[in-house]
Amino acid sequence: MSENSTSRKDFLAGLLTAGLALAGCTTKSNPFEGLSGEGGPTGKKVKLLSVDGEIVEMDSSCLKPLPEIPPVDNDQERVGIPGKKFIMVIDLARCGAVKNCQKVCNSTHQLHGGQNWIHVYPMKEADNASPFWQPTNCMHCDAPPCVKVCPVDATFKREDGIVLIDNTRCIGCRFCMAACPYSARIFNWNKPEISEAEACKPYSCESSTPQKVGTVGKCDFCPDMSRKSKLPHCVTACPNGVYFFGDLNEDSVTNGAETFRFSELIKDKAGYRLMEELGTHPRVYYLPPVTRNFPFEKGLPAGEKVELG
Amino acid sequence: MKKTFSESDAKITRDLLPRPLDKLGVLWVVVLVCVCGLGLFAYIQQIMNGLCVTSMRDYASWGIYISNFVFFVAISLVGSLITAVLRLAGAHWCTPITRIAEIIAVSAITFAALIIIVDMGRPERFYNLFLHGRLQSPIIWDVLVISTYFIISCFLLYLPLLPDIKILIDETKHDPDKKMLHKLYCFMGSFWQGTDSQVKKCERGINMLCVTIVPVAFSIHTVTSWLFATTYRAGWDSSNFGAYFISGAFLVGSGAVLVATYVFRQIYHLEDYISDIHFDKMGRLVVMLAGLYAYFNVNEFLVPAFKMKKPEAEFLNSLFTGSFSSVFWFAITIGMIIPIIILVFPKGRKPVPSFIAGCMVVVGAWLKRYLIVTPTLLHPFLPMYDCPPEFKHYVPSWQEWSIAFGSLAGALLIITIFARIFPIVPIHETIHEAHEKHNEHK
Repeated sequence: MSENSTSRKDFLAGLLTAGLALAGCTTKSNPFEGLSGEGGPTGKKVKLLSVDGEIVEMDSSCLKPLPEIPPVDNDQERVGIPGKKFIMVIDLARCGAVKNCQKVCNSTHQLHGGQNWIHVYPMKEADNASPFWQPTNCMHCDAPPCVKVCPVDATFKREDGIVLIDNTRCIGCRFCMAACPYSARIFNWNKPEISEAEACKPYSCESSTPQKVGTVGKCDFCPDMSRKSKLPHCVTACPNGVYFFGDLNEDSVTNGAETFRFSELIKDKAGYRLMEELGTHPRVYYLPPVTRNFPFEKGLPAGEKVELG
Repeated sequence: MKKTFSESDAKITRDLLPRPLDKLGVLWVVVLVCVCGLGLFAYIQQIMNGLCVTSMRDYASWGIYISNFVFFVAISLVGSLITAVLRLAGAHWCTPITRIAEIIAVSAITFAALIIIVDMGRPERFYNLFLHGRLQSPIIWDVLVISTYFIISCFLLYLPLLPDIKILIDETKHDPDKKMLHKLYCFMGSFWQGTDSQVKKCERGINMLCVTIVPVAFSIHTVTSWLFATTYRAGWDSSNFGAYFISGAFLVGSGAVLVATYVFRQIYHLEDYISDIHFDKMGRLVVMLAGLYAYFNVNEFLVPAFKMKKPEAEFLNSLFTGSFSSVFWFAITIGMIIPIIILVFPKGRKPVPSFIAGCMVVVGAWLKRYLIVTPTLLHPFLPMYDCPPEFKHYVPSWQEWSIAFGSLAGALLIITIFARIFPIVPIHETIHEAHEKHNEHK
């Protein structure tokens, strides 16, 4: 029953979006402009699905934009999405340091001033080994050192495997940053560079926005997108399909274009995790950089030489 | 016989009573207040703009606030060493310096607590520690033990003060200029009559506090070391850290007592009460503690340096020969080696050289705390990349320096004000010991 109602809701939402897209095709840039219902009927009809399952037509002036409110409350955000065990696979053979992942991540999560949740590191395993690019975000460890040390439960581990931060509770002690061996955490030293309207929006741990000064931030695996059955922004933004995201319970990961059985992918391509010896049990797996798609130098900024870690 | 007693008693009381500040004292207080004011101004800026006014960034996410915090916690440990450990060991020579040690402890631990709030990104959410506190976090352990230590230290300062307050009440009774002080003394200790039962209870109380403060003192600094040692980072991931911190703490505290003792002796002309013996004994103590600290330093650096594991190697090289090497060797030299060389000779344990050695120990210890915090953070496991260039270095901003020095000045201000109101050398105990000595002599 509940599944049924969900799909109906999805259908409704889909129709609504379609309607809005139609409205967006007009010369007006804002589809809601002048449609607040106060201006009277516009004469433009939009098809909608009623609660009884009938397709009805209504005047577009009756449509109102929904304010962006988080779909679940803080308590549910702390529990996670039921039945899921999120997992990520990063294929190092495909990465050419295009950094579209970083750009889209920064813009959706309101990061500024050169700070990144996704770092793309130039790495080299041994002296005579050849270098490669390694995108690194939060590992969403199953034994997260950051969660262990947080004095106020502001960073927490959810049942779906995601480690999140509640920026309305974080006291800014930065112990988690010292504890994280992956340098995944950043701190909002400055006031976030966002508009007043953005800053006033309701806060959600799942979208990690609006950013709050004096608190810690990091990759959140985009659970707000997962709630909408969409992939995290970095996954969809990557032109080379480096990132695979999925669910361990379903044993599948996808980069949008290709879908693999997770266990087989890890077995066939000898997947591994970063700093396994520390016992943090990351949820992000790496596929070794064999038969690379791009030469390493292609990812270097013009004229730059890097020291390899 | 009775008469000589009361005469000598009166002399001791007269010598040890707190005195109004002279010109130099007023200047000293004015300077301290100015430094505190500058610190406060910088802190207001930090509140207004966020921690971006500091030079801390994502890699060096802790800076001199935290090293200052560790320094304060370290120096406060001396209260427990001098008052409790030496008292329980029956070392009576330390009577005149117990109060100096205890007020250093109280003022240092007060500013340790304050500086940790200064370091917080959201100080107004401090109450979350009580609302949502989780016992698994070493920060909560630190909050618990530091507040316990603060309370015990205050009592250890207050209880032995009671007999002196009685003397002070009597002394200020007929002085119209000291009406305010008289009121304060009456408020603090008018109930003290010095009856046998009161003395007995007080003695028992002090003994109990002395026993309890030792494990608490060990806890505060061990837990402080665990703020670092519970992480994976090179330079912090060490099982040696607790003992390393404790030994360093006793050393810097003893150094500070040497300095403070010398200063009080000069200013209040306490040569009859704080004699060369005290510098001699404290000097010996510092030599022992510096040796102990050097031993733990060898353990801390030589063992990983022998192996040179990859993450440790970069960190250690930066200390031994790299960008932190000058500070590192300077801190080792003036924090341990030179003080040992000075104080190991009887001539070096005279007041002036001991004072100099004490200053060196304190300065070396402060730099050592900086070296414990910063170099490790600037050597993360993954390379420092994809970040603004200024993230890769840490040079404290003027706001950080102002706040750090403001807190140090604040601690000194507490000690100064305390010495202005209360006798810095216990009057009653000194009289008592003089009587005992006299009786023994007879």
